[in-house]
Amino acid sequence: MPIQTPPLRAVHDERGAKFTAFGGWDMPVEFDSIRTEHAAVRENAGRFDVSHMGQIHVTGPDSTTLMQRLTTNDVARLEVGDAQYATITDEDGIIVDDTVVYRLPDETGDATYLFVPNAGTDEATHERWLAYRNEWDLEATVDNCTDEYAMFALQGPATPDLVDEETEGSVTELARFEAKYAEIDGIECWTARTGYTGEDGFELFVPWNEAERIWSAFDCQPCGLGARNTLRIEAGFLLAGQDFDRESNPRTPYEAGVGFTVALETEFVGRDALARISEEDLDERLVGLQLIDPGIPRHGYDITSTEGRVVGTVTSGTMSPTLERAIGLGYVPTAYAEPGTTVHVVVRGRSKKARVETMPFIDTV
Amino acid sequence: MSFDVPEDRRYLGSHEWAHETGDVVRIGITDFAQDELGDVVFVELPDDGDALTQGDEFGIVESIKAVSDLYAPISGDVVAVNDALFDTPELVNEDPLGDGWMIEIEPNDDAELEGLLSAEEYDDQIA
Repeated sequence: MPIQTPPLRAVHDERGAKFTAFGGWDMPVEFDSIRTEHAAVRENAGRFDVSHMGQIHVTGPDSTTLMQRLTTNDVARLEVGDAQYATITDEDGIIVDDTVVYRLPDETGDATYLFVPNAGTDEATHERWLAYRNEWDLEATVDNCTDEYAMFALQGPATPDLVDEETEGSVTELARFEAKYAEIDGIECWTARTGYTGEDGFELFVPWNEAERIWSAFDCQPCGLGARNTLRIEAGFLLAGQDFDRESNPRTPYEAGVGFTVALETEFVGRDALARISEEDLDERLVGLQLIDPGIPRHGYDITSTEGRVVGTVTSGTMSPTLERAIGLGYVPTAYAEPGTTVHVVVRGRSKKARVETMPFIDTV
Repeated sequence: MSFDVPEDRRYLGSHEWAHETGDVVRIGITDFAQDELGDVVFVELPDDGDALTQGDEFGIVESIKAVSDLYAPISGDVVAVNDALFDTPELVNEDPLGDGWMIEIEPNDDAELEGLLSAEEYDDQIA
């Protein structure tokens, strides 16, 4: 598959960014240093180009029914301008993807949604929506708009004022998980008070050919996927393909700690399986880990009991720039999931003492 | 972007440098390597007195985003370890060719050093 490039690839290159392939996209991973970029977001403001995220637009008389049946949360609760975190599950209740669903202003009297699948999954998700729409004989239009919109995230305590200054009309009146169309430098952008860092901030959906204009309107630290990863681990947010993966690490929303996205009173693919699972005690769950011994937990490392028996696997890990501690996420049997429990992580063949921690690791908005 | 590749030392393709001073050879990672790794947060090194064979993994250097093995450019006994890196691993970023050095080896075979890449050859590799 040819690699896709964000609209600002050349702009980032000129700025000295390093790039990495992520979800089929060539994305900036680091502009200055992860530590610098991470600190900018925690203390002030940072801007991320996240144009690799998918964008799918759904409208028509049956749009709500289609969205309701294909996401685990209750779409019917969304008023125009609301956003909602949800998972997409298969018949067995296994997470296929996670997403944020936005209710846009109605275009033709029908409810209109925009949702954001993870990088590289937009085509499969689009096909999934079309296939179920046809199977259920629903009247809904489903468009994959990933190549039509750039997406930027402005994150950090200073970003509400920063975004507000550049916007026609106020955006600071938006609550968390609220959004609206707002003009930035004369360009209408879907402006959402959402993000993936644990900080206050906004995500902007920008017409592809206006990307440079909007990116340049904000004078704050450019940040890459490296800092995005350390920030989201501190906040305890999941990374698709790593903290859950339908093939290599199949997990239900309950195991992954996002059971709050499951609205069992609605009908959706995977609902019956999740209703059965929710009534049983979970075997395993995602926990936060902190290494006590020197070393850093990384994706794929074994988690063992104090007796040395392998009980789980690290799914994400890093040296936390904020806390200056080595932290990670991983799945363990519920008997080991209580915060304060001592476990070990096998770091390159050596057993390192670790402690189960309460997530998130930092205070989030 | 250009990197500092001093001519007074030899290099491995895996981005270690070896600098002969008197009877010992000091070893570290290159300016290019520290830049590629990004913020170094953890270093694991052998103990003083350990014997190394050319090509052995002698430790690791870990940044926020990646972990990388360290390979011995030459054979010999470890006679000094830069303990400062355990408390201040960021020295590897700040001064990879100086205060960010890692170990010193008393070499077994001087010919091994001569067989490593010259500064010019290494510079070509990272160009």
